[in-house]
Amino acid sequence: MSDGELVGIVLVSHSAEVAASVAELAKALSGGGGAVPVAPAGGTASGGFGTSAELVSAAAASVDRGAGVAVLTDLGSAVLTVKALLAEGDELPERTRLVDAPFVEGAVAAVVTASTGADLAAVEAAAEEAYSYRKT
Amino acid sequence: MLDAEFFRRWMTAAAASVDREADRLTALDSPIGDADHGSNLRRGFAAVAAALEKEAPGTPGAVLALAGRQLISTVGGASGPLYGTLLRRTGKALGDGAEVSTEQLAEALRTGVDAVRTLGGAAPGDKTMIDALVPAVDALGESFAAARAAAEEGAAATTPLRARKGRASYLGERSIGHRDPGATSAALLVAALEEAAGE
Repeated sequence: MSDGELVGIVLVSHSAEVAASVAELAKALSGGGGAVPVAPAGGTASGGFGTSAELVSAAAASVDRGAGVAVLTDLGSAVLTVKALLAEGDELPERTRLVDAPFVEGAVAAVVTASTGADLAAVEAAAEEAYSYRKT
Repeated sequence: MLDAEFFRRWMTAAAASVDREADRLTALDSPIGDADHGSNLRRGFAAVAAALEKEAPGTPGAVLALAGRQLISTVGGASGPLYGTLLRRTGKALGDGAEVSTEQLAEALRTGVDAVRTLGGAAPGDKTMIDALVPAVDALGESFAAARAAAEEGAAATTPLRARKGRASYLGERSIGHRDPGATSAALLVAALEEAAGE
């Protein structure tokens, strides 16, 4: 637990619609997830498909309550942009982690876990564990 | 010795070259990528040129750090964080001296290329920008012209390779026979270095 503050979740996709929809979906499926700060960072700043470092930084800042920020991404430039921002050191809030998880399932697991007041490591572990849920 | 002005010339020459070749880069990116490499890099390097003109950083390291930051924040595709990391790490490795030697640049670029390899997870032969950058850095000890030739050769040699990284890797064997857009733009960046040196 982390002093009552909730871990923030950032969802980075090449598509603004995908990021926003997965954020809505994760909150809807998590029941009590309404209080969890979740921010989408989808597409480029000009509204195209791609990744915007500025949107990612702004989203991370907007969900930072002091308990850490878990960032989930789709693929390619979304992953690389977050990694590059983390390597810069000062572009994202302290205790921001890129989480290695499937985008949709990981987002749901992260939001549900964060809603319980779990700390960043627990949120990260829950999202990563979503990889192990086989569908066949 | 190479001063901040040299590094500004490098970035300006790179911006001009990417602008000239943007359509070709995008055409290369059409069969094996998402057809945005040229337009993404054109936007990124235009932002680099504009930022350098506005802020005029006074050391080689600061020029590359600013350029790298611009690429990370403006490109919008995977090449942004990759080239951004290359320039930022190279700039950081150059330190804050007012001038650097060609040997220092070669050493710093190697640090930058290593950072790109760590970020993207690509090795030589994976059909990526690494295939142009690694031979270029190896040849830089000889001359800027040798580095340009090595980068160009490395980029051309990506054609028969099967992509193992990035979107092109989803195509498997169908990526064979296409020259890699990232290796091609990396060769432009190295050629701009020779241009800045006036060789």
